[in-house]
Amino acid sequence: MATVYIPTALRLFTDGTSEVVLVGENIGEIVTELVTKYGDLKTHLFSNEGKLRSFVNIYLNEEDVRHLDGLNTKVSEGDKVLLVPSIAGGI
Amino acid sequence: MGKDDKYEKLSQDEISRYSRHLILPEVGLEGQLKIKNSKVLVVGTGGLGAPVILYLAAAGVGTLGLIDFDIVDESNLQRQIIHTTRDVGRPKISSATDRIKGINPNVKVISYNDRLTSKNAIEIIKDFDIVVDGTDNFQTRYLINDSCVLLNKPFVYGSIFRFEGQVSVFNDYDGPCYRCLYPEPPPVGLVPSCAEGGVIGVLPGIIGTIQANETIKLILGIGEVLSGRLLTFDALRMQFKELKLKSDKECPVCGEHPSVTELIDYEEFCGLKRPDEQTSVEEISAIDLKNLINEKRSVQIIDIRQPHELQIGKIDGTKAIPFGQLVRRKDELDDSKKVVVVCKIGLLSAEVIRQLKDSGYTGEIYSLKGGITSWANDIDYTMARY
Repeated sequence: MATVYIPTALRLFTDGTSEVVLVGENIGEIVTELVTKYGDLKTHLFSNEGKLRSFVNIYLNEEDVRHLDGLNTKVSEGDKVLLVPSIAGGI
Repeated sequence: MGKDDKYEKLSQDEISRYSRHLILPEVGLEGQLKIKNSKVLVVGTGGLGAPVILYLAAAGVGTLGLIDFDIVDESNLQRQIIHTTRDVGRPKISSATDRIKGINPNVKVISYNDRLTSKNAIEIIKDFDIVVDGTDNFQTRYLINDSCVLLNKPFVYGSIFRFEGQVSVFNDYDGPCYRCLYPEPPPVGLVPSCAEGGVIGVLPGIIGTIQANETIKLILGIGEVLSGRLLTFDALRMQFKELKLKSDKECPVCGEHPSVTELIDYEEFCGLKRPDEQTSVEEISAIDLKNLINEKRSVQIIDIRQPHELQIGKIDGTKAIPFGQLVRRKDELDDSKKVVVVCKIGLLSAEVIRQLKDSGYTGEIYSLKGGITSWANDIDYTMARY
């Protein structure tokens, strides 16, 4: 079980929800739960081939899961999962 | 002074001006001379660029490079505090230069009224020590990043969206670069710009000021620079988070076996030049749409903007389905009619039509060219533009 934080850029697809507690053993299960709950988010997180898109990074607490076990990274009770998409604004 | 000569002392006036720096042991006379001898390029003189430029000028950066092709617009003034109401219509680099001179006449300004491109980036960046990112698009960020890696210069990154910001320092010695964080940009249309998504005016002030601070630290070589760390900021929750960044050995530009060894076409890289085989989208002009409505032809108008944007103004008879929901709710489209999709400027509407077609929608469907903005410009002059 972990708390997933949704950044502003993706809240358009979660009815404005900014955090949600989801059940799962690993990051892959948590993210699958997330896109099951918020169907509109799916195309933004996964490509048509079902691969995680490279402009969204998933952090488990402070660590990028790409440097852990990717979607297989184990999640424990109380962990924080952050979605960090690239954003482009500046002017 | 020749090109490589360094200033070795400060004038009496400069000593008075920078006294609060000079009494800091971490800065002192030696540090202030480093600042005076530094050359910083700020790309973009808008929301992020404004506080960066103002603080670097005040701090006494000897040479400030500015590059921007834009002119000051009224809608900039809510956050771009370097420009004033009187500057509307002037090139941004002109009003920014005036402000710098007003704050600190000791600063030498090198300004480029131009867009940073693959053709000019190396030539422009090579003479500066540090590049600060104040741009508003992915293609320029990747261009700055790659140029800085190729030229071995640090790049102070900042980015904002709505109520959220990110800051980091890339390519500082062996630190990670922007591509280590995000190897590829998002598909066009998935991440809206500030013009489409909005931004709270104070946000670039906060993020830009952090960028200015990191720039000064890089110049002085003090403290712990924000390299290998991504600082994210949520203005609504008033929360900073620090995330770890690592260099990616596979990084195409700074990794062990780089595949990008010279600048590329960043518009193509960011998907702005669409290949011909991509799903095509038909557009309709505001005038043609008005004619269809006048002729009482069967048209269904779908506005994909957010509810609070629709309150500013909409076309009569519009049905509202937000961008994020349209593909799922495509059964609500009337395929016996011409369907016209409306957004703010006509980009997201085209993108969502592409998604609809890719998901199997076969009805007659158009994107309103130029969005509701063109409707306000060409048809309904009473409608506010935003």
